[in-house]
This record gives sequence, structure tokens and C-alpha cells, in this order.
Amino acid sequence: MRFRGRSYIAFVLTPEAPIFDWLADLDAWIARSAGFFVGKPVVLDVAGLSLSKDAIAHLIAELQTREIRIMGIEGADLLDLGPELPPLLRGGRAANGPLETPALRQETIAARAAQEPGSLLLETPVRSGQSIVFPAGDVTVLGSVSSGAEIIAGGSIHVYGTLRGRALAGSTGNPRARIFCNKVEAELLAIDGYYRTAEDMEPSLRSRPIQAWLQGDVMLIAPLN
Amino acid sequence: MAQVLVVTSGKGGVGKTTTTAALGAALAQQGQTVVVIDFDVGLRNLDLVMGAERRVVFDLVNVIQGVAKLPQALIRDKRLDTLWLLPASQTRDKDALTSNGVARVIAELKQKFDWVICDSPAGIERGATLAMRHADAAVIVTNPEVSSVRDSDRIIGLLDAKTEKAEKGGRVDKHLLITRYDPLRASKGEMLNIDDVLDILSVPLIGVVPESEEVLRASNVGSPVTLCNPSSAAARAYGEAARRLKGENLPVTIPSDKKRLFTRLFGRRAA
Repeated sequence: MRFRGRSYIAFVLTPEAPIFDWLADLDAWIARSAGFFVGKPVVLDVAGLSLSKDAIAHLIAELQTREIRIMGIEGADLLDLGPELPPLLRGGRAANGPLETPALRQETIAARAAQEPGSLLLETPVRSGQSIVFPAGDVTVLGSVSSGAEIIAGGSIHVYGTLRGRALAGSTGNPRARIFCNKVEAELLAIDGYYRTAEDMEPSLRSRPIQAWLQGDVMLIAPLN
Repeated sequence: MAQVLVVTSGKGGVGKTTTTAALGAALAQQGQTVVVIDFDVGLRNLDLVMGAERRVVFDLVNVIQGVAKLPQALIRDKRLDTLWLLPASQTRDKDALTSNGVARVIAELKQKFDWVICDSPAGIERGATLAMRHADAAVIVTNPEVSSVRDSDRIIGLLDAKTEKAEKGGRVDKHLLITRYDPLRASKGEMLNIDDVLDILSVPLIGVVPESEEVLRASNVGSPVTLCNPSSAAARAYGEAARRLKGENLPVTIPSDKKRLFTRLFGRRAA
């Protein structure tokens, strides 16, 4: 058996005291760039805060409600954090340059349907010229998506009617997002920045139920039946 | 209670003005009091189609700006005395319309008429959004071809978002009217068929008006087709659409291919 080491780039969150104010600032930031942390590796740097184990657990729970999952803790004074908390990380080096954060997104069109955490359900058809932007998760459309309309989702996109417009899944950098639709006549399908236009799609798939997903940097489209 | 109806399409040249005149005249023939308003400021046409172009003194912009009173601008139709026209100005542009002014005029017309029919200009800009603003119901005029259908789809989205009713959480009743339908070309696949259009737009169908020379002739003589030639297929389609607008439950007549009907008749006679 062989064990190998590998290094990754993670976001490091460095809370500042007072934690309550820092969380309020974080909320304001998330409101502008909803879903930015979804699915991203995040490390919590608590150096200089001298927090107790309970306080760290509480802080992690607070972050969890904001859809930020902590994969490791840095700079804790305690050597043993216990099995409930993420492991203590050491030896991290700063990545070259600041990590890419989204520029202020243009005002997302207010989705009319009721919003639930992680998913958006639209019961009416999405008409030409409408743009549904939902970075926080999946979008499900019960009707059709018209030619000239677009759905941009941080997660997967499900269309139970005909998809004639554009569907952009995994827009916040999620290559595991997929697109499902009952009848495909889409102008464009995109997952995590990789896209295919109507012209690059297999003509035999037209008007069929399909799913699209990413394998490496290739988008695959296959019929569902 | 007066109904405010907007006739709209997004795309130009699909038959909004013809439809406004024909539906207005059909409703008036059926005993309703009707006013048709031309919102196409700068490119007015409804006065021509209604045959009232030589009697225009004041217009919608004059009323909005307070130059004239509403009764001074209304023109009564010579053939039907329950049908009235509020013309647009040809010398101004759509910026002359203010949303308060339009709201005031519509509110005043609602007191006097059973039906207030707004003829929307093409496009999705100011003129079109003001025309749909106060609507209770909308007739979406569509030709059976892809560009017209997509533009109609855009307009339906705006009806669900930008109207007063939608902003208060209500819904504008939407009716689809397919015009310039040619059954022969549709059967050859040169034109979208009715089912395709309904599938894309998913709005209830109120009528299918066949492509017809009668419609062009009616426009040229300045008479709504429902008055000019009431027995024509187009006039009958508009008449039935008007009855459906009043809430009657009639099946929609889909124009059929006449040639095939003839061969079938002859076939039977020969046998």
C-alpha cells in the first residue's frame, strides 16, 4: 500500500474579534455574492483569537448555516480538537496572489417563486428575455424555458418541460452540476464554464429527454431513456 | 365593470391594429360599448383602419397634456354608435406619454365604456409598456412563424411582470390569437402549425384568423373586417374571438385546407 501527499488551494477565513461583527460583515458580503462558498474548500484560521473548543464549534455551526463548510482549522492553541471538529492543519503556505473572488454581480433578477435554501422551484414557464439567476443551488422549472430565456444556477438545472433557451449549471464553479430536461431544444448548455451550442449537439438528441454532465473538461450529453 | 384589454405582440406587422379594429367592432356589434385607443404615438394607424382619419381633431397626447378634454378627443364610429376611437398623435413621440396621464385617461374611460381596448405599438419600450400597464386582459397576436412566436413569448413575460395587476400579485388574463394562418402552407411544413405555437407559448387560444385578402381590402377601405365583410372567414374568426372574450365557451374553429375539402366533396359526388 502506498500513501501519497497532495496539496490543494483552499480559502482561508480569518475571523476577527468581535466575532459577532465579523459575521455581520460576512453576511453582507455573501448577500452580494450568494453561493460563492458553496462546495469550496474553506479553512478556518483562528490564530490570535484564543477561542475555546466550544467557541470554535459554535463558530463552525454559524458558518455552516451560511453554507460554508470548514475542512480544517489552523492556528488553534489546543492540540487536540476532538473528533467533532475538523482536523488541525499545519504548514500552510500562502497561495500566489489573492484568490479570485467574484466582482460584484449585477443585480440578480428577483425570482418570483418562493426560495428555499439550496433550491429554487419555478412553477411558471420561463419566457424569452427572462434571466433566472440562482447561485445558491439547484433550479427546477416545471414548465418550459423559451428560446431567448436563460437559467443560471450554482447547482444543477432540472426542466420538466421543453428547454429551448440557455441553461448554465454549476455557475459558481461546480463541475459536478448537471442539466436534466424532458425535451431538449436548447440554444446552449453550460456546466462550470464548459459549454455546447445547439450546433455542436448530436442531432439525434433533439426533442429527447437528456442529461448533460462534465467528464474532465468534456461535456457529455446522453438520452435519459 | 369595464374590462381593459391590450392587443399586443412584440413584433411589428403581425396584425395588432387590424385585430384591435376588428375585435372592437365585433364587440360593439354584440351590443357592448367599446373604445379603442391607439398607443402608437408617432406612427398612428388605427384611425386609418377605422376610417376616421379625416375626423381627428384632438388626440391622446392632447388629453394627457391637458390641452383637450377626453370627450373632445373621442371620435364616434359612423357605422356603430357604441364604438369610439381615441386616436394617437402623429407628430409627437412616445415620450409624450406619461404614466400618470395614461392612468388618468384609462380610469376615466372605464367609467364610460364596457371595453377599453389598447392598441399597443410594436416593441417592448415605453409605448408598449404603457399600453399594457393597466390591462385586465391581453390578446397576444402571433403569426405562425418563429420570430413572431419568440417575440410574443417575451411580451407574455412582460405581461406577467410589468403590469399593474401583476405587481399587485394578480394575473393578466392572456389570450392567444393566431393571424395570417395558411392551412395549406402549414400542412406542407412551410409554416408553424397551431399545435407548435400553442406548445411554445402555452397560452389559451382565442381564435385563428386565416390569411385572407378580405383583411387587406378592409384595411384599405378603412373599415374593420368584421363590418366590411361579416361573412368572410376572417370576420367570423374575429366575431367568435370577441364572444370568447365575453366569457362564452365556444370551440375554436381552425381554418382547414379548402382544396382538400373540395376534393373530398367532389369525391363523394362522383361516387
